[in-house]
Amino acid sequence: MTPISRRKLITSGLAATAGVSGLAVASHLSRRFGLIPPDCAGPYGLGTTLTYAAQRLITAHSPARQFPRGMISKMPFANAIAPPNDAFKAHQASGFANWKLDVDGMVAHPTSFSLPDLRSMALSSQITEVACEEGWSYIAEWIGTPLTDVLHSAGILPQARYIVYHSIESDWWDSIDMADALHPQTLLTWGMNDGDLPVSFGGPLRLRVPRQLGYKSVKFIHRITATDSLKSFGKGLGSSEPEFGYAWYAGI
Amino acid sequence: MPRTSVLRESEDPRHSALVRLTHWITTAAFFALLLTGIEIVISHPRFYWGETGNVNMAPLVNLHIPSSRGTVPTGYRVLPDQNGWSRYLHFEAAWVLVLTGLLYLGASLWNGHLRNHLLPPRGQRTWQAYRDVIAMYLHRRPSSEEPGANAYNVIQRTAYLTVIFVLFPLIIWTGLAQSPSLVSAYPFLASALGGRQSARTLHFLVSGAILLFVLTHIAMVIHAGFRSHVRAMITGRTDNPAPTQAAHPTVASLPEQP
Repeated sequence: MTPISRRKLITSGLAATAGVSGLAVASHLSRRFGLIPPDCAGPYGLGTTLTYAAQRLITAHSPARQFPRGMISKMPFANAIAPPNDAFKAHQASGFANWKLDVDGMVAHPTSFSLPDLRSMALSSQITEVACEEGWSYIAEWIGTPLTDVLHSAGILPQARYIVYHSIESDWWDSIDMADALHPQTLLTWGMNDGDLPVSFGGPLRLRVPRQLGYKSVKFIHRITATDSLKSFGKGLGSSEPEFGYAWYAGI
Repeated sequence: MPRTSVLRESEDPRHSALVRLTHWITTAAFFALLLTGIEIVISHPRFYWGETGNVNMAPLVNLHIPSSRGTVPTGYRVLPDQNGWSRYLHFEAAWVLVLTGLLYLGASLWNGHLRNHLLPPRGQRTWQAYRDVIAMYLHRRPSSEEPGANAYNVIQRTAYLTVIFVLFPLIIWTGLAQSPSLVSAYPFLASALGGRQSARTLHFLVSGAILLFVLTHIAMVIHAGFRSHVRAMITGRTDNPAPTQAAHPTVASLPEQP
């Protein structure tokens, strides 16, 4: 009924061009500054990318909430989701005397840490919350070695962008970006409350990522790999979680 | 000039293009959030007050519905775990809802939609005005508004403003307060609500309030003439610039059919 005027045509054309080039620039900047999660493809990519990018811009250095000692949960829920495998049971039978944490990938000196090695490093403790994606939560004191100390002791290279960590349970691995890996509260945890970290809570060694949901805190950690790309790990989605249908970034 | 202004008045749409667009995007996002929210809740259908809560603790509210996880004592596994895609879609739809809401809010403040169509006019900001509308509904009187006014009554306006300025901000806040990362930057998001589990419980209650609004809204639309109102919200036009229900007996009688 109303023909499109020339002015309208030019304006919309300019707007469309600006929009497309804006998106291109945004995409370039995002990749450069690490605002795009590895599971950004597919129908849910937009939502998960917006969440990750927005939270990285806001929370890159913020500390996870800590609680007073009196708020430590009297009966934390262990969520033993799978029986440990045979390799784990052998370690358990020997009191984890031979448990090793291998650090490899983009580090100057690939290193193997025993549990006494880790315990001899600077100790850190925090009273933080484990919040499961299902909805439940508990607070505990977590005692261990900051991941950043272990990475620096192995000589982490500046081109590393992600830290991949593997459980001794096959098919259970995850990764975090350097904002979380170098965060002082990201802890290789070997103690909980007043004693050793119980097996049901991930002992002998669990990587606690307190600024993300519980499932990022993988239990029974025995290998850590520094990398600049997640493409060659599993299906390239950053962890086993997106392969099960869960988001790689769990800061929500 | 007078001629064009007359023409515009007679073709003035019942709802502006922006209201129609944001209405249907919000509708789609709402149902995505509702469905996925239910999926997420049934993996742990227990609600707590305070900072922490798990199956070793007494819940504030225990929904006795079948759960999707064997670790929850409230139910039995009836649905396999659907949390993965549900969480992905829940947060994606939340982004759509928030961005659409900001667009609607910004434009409505700018073009006077909020002031002209949603804020009760000065003369109606009295209890008497509310009582009159309630009496109208109770006696099932047809709308007493003058033909062609196309105006929302004071209760409709209050309901819309409550959803926009109370329930939506609350559902967003209580949702964000469950994010361990965001709460690390803004601890008051959770502490002001009494803790993370309180935020989750409130998120559930507020979503119930929004659902109640949506059900009432749909019931009222059906009551007032489903087809003409939905058509007006899709095309922007009503059949008649001065619609009265009596003028369209076929449309008006449709919903009354059993």
